[in-house]
Amino acid sequence: METLSALLYLVASVCFIMALRGLSSPETSRQGNLYGMVGMTIAILTTLALPIVQSYWMIVLGIAIGGGIGYVIAKKIEMTALPQLVAAFHSLVGLAAVFVALSAFYSPEAYGIGVPGAIAKGSLVEMALGTAIGAITFTGSIVAFAKLQGLVTGKPLVFPFQHHLNAALGVLTILLILWLVQSNSSAALWLIVGVSLALGFLLILPIGGADMPVVISMLNSYSGWAAAGIGFTLQNNLLIITGALVGSSGAILSYIMCKGMNRSIFNVILGGFGGESAAAAAGRAGGGERGQVKAGSPEDAAYIMKNAQSVIIVPGYGMAVAQAQHALREMADLLKKEGVDVKYAIHPVAGRMPGHMNVLLAEANVPYDEVFELEDINRDFGTADVAFVIGANDVTNPAAKTDPASPIYGMPILDVEKAKTVFFIKRGMAAGYAGVENELFFRPNTMMLFGDAKKVTEEVVKSME
Amino acid sequence: MDQTQLSNRIVELKAQLSAASQQIDALAAQAAALGHPAAAEAASHGSFFITGLTVLVLACFVGYYVVWRVTPALHSPLMAVTNAVSSVIIVGALIAAGPAGFGFSKIMGFLAVILASVNIFGGFLVTQRMLSMFKKKGK
Repeated sequence: METLSALLYLVASVCFIMALRGLSSPETSRQGNLYGMVGMTIAILTTLALPIVQSYWMIVLGIAIGGGIGYVIAKKIEMTALPQLVAAFHSLVGLAAVFVALSAFYSPEAYGIGVPGAIAKGSLVEMALGTAIGAITFTGSIVAFAKLQGLVTGKPLVFPFQHHLNAALGVLTILLILWLVQSNSSAALWLIVGVSLALGFLLILPIGGADMPVVISMLNSYSGWAAAGIGFTLQNNLLIITGALVGSSGAILSYIMCKGMNRSIFNVILGGFGGESAAAAAGRAGGGERGQVKAGSPEDAAYIMKNAQSVIIVPGYGMAVAQAQHALREMADLLKKEGVDVKYAIHPVAGRMPGHMNVLLAEANVPYDEVFELEDINRDFGTADVAFVIGANDVTNPAAKTDPASPIYGMPILDVEKAKTVFFIKRGMAAGYAGVENELFFRPNTMMLFGDAKKVTEEVVKSME
Repeated sequence: MDQTQLSNRIVELKAQLSAASQQIDALAAQAAALGHPAAAEAASHGSFFITGLTVLVLACFVGYYVVWRVTPALHSPLMAVTNAVSSVIIVGALIAAGPAGFGFSKIMGFLAVILASVNIFGGFLVTQRMLSMFKKKGK
């Protein structure tokens, strides 16, 4: 029996690996997701068949309640709200890890790790680590959710001695773990829960709204490590494998996002980016050879694009906020009818989570083979007639290449300035998230289209028809 | 003559075999004695830690290579599906909620089952929704 369940867990692990493997291309991805579901079903059924599981009503009830909630949320959620959703889901994994660890502490015999009050020391360490990471994931994700949902300001919240406080809490957690291992005391475990909850909260507070892609990826990673930690407690390889997969996936995504902003992970975690220091630098950057801002009308834009040969569309977070992706695709369809070559260029950190723009464009029925990543399309701007920047700013700012004093210096950018004409759809002249003014706005070949991204695009569409 | 020799040899072998089986029984009894709860748990825990660590490190490598092959366009579904998959922690929750009777651990398990189920259903479904939107040109 034990061998059989171990084998089935192994099958489930392989299914999960296949699920991630499927995502290497959109064609295989749906099959991959199916593998994931099969793996999860196997894992659950195998566990239910274990001799320790004897009463089922509570389990069935729990799955029904949770499954019902999950189903409704997944069906109703707007694709623009995806980052919040993922953040909220991460918090659930974190909290579940804490609950499982607590129940393992109070009923260790169910998991075969000792008797209450005399749990194996190694298990206590693993349990405490799982609890701490789970609790940090829980509150951290809640803060991330609140910031993304706009419940609290997206601005970084910084106060004096913040980092000292966080470091102190971190050290305190380690001391509490040592105490727990020495004494098997339940007070120690509850204190670990409390301190870690506070730590997760404080860790994410100072991180600004546009750094959320990194934060979400990081929390994704944490939720994996929490699962792996619990896997050690339960002596279950499936949990360890899955936790490691998720953990490394989140870590890689964080790394990609950091590279997209040319910042180190420590810089992001320490937070405070886009605050006052950046604003000061912005004042200087804008000072130089400032030309005239040329504001255009949607009719002008429609005329120029219709007569262009190639147009590259650069969507950013502004497009997501305004829900402009459907209008944008209509515009692209009309252009294609006129024989214009239309492509989309996506910066790695566009949007509020990795790959967010791709999903929004796909939602608007943009074929994925028209959508390109930065390194694949950047040289095409030189031959493009029009770059149509909608709701993006910092990711096109040439200061990243030319001005070493700029906070975004060194960040890879989309070379929109190489196109013959650049349109910027923006609500106003406000600086981007990094607080840096974009010198492109003042170039002679740039035309600003002021207004809500969706409205402006709709007007462009109207004047094309 | 050959036949008697052969039968003698068989009798000899039989005796040896029974002696060996007695020895095995004795060894098994010793092993069982050694495997008394406390000792067994401590021993199995120590060895599991190394096994688990091995599995963890190898799985990290698998994860590393698999995830780098994921196309950047599908990074959002990747996050959603890893989130769903990490709810495999439900395994721990089921063990907590499974035993007969009622108590604190069972309540914790029950709550964890709910949370993980939200994630499993929500995560896989939202991934499916996203993936179904990715279409090729002209389809």
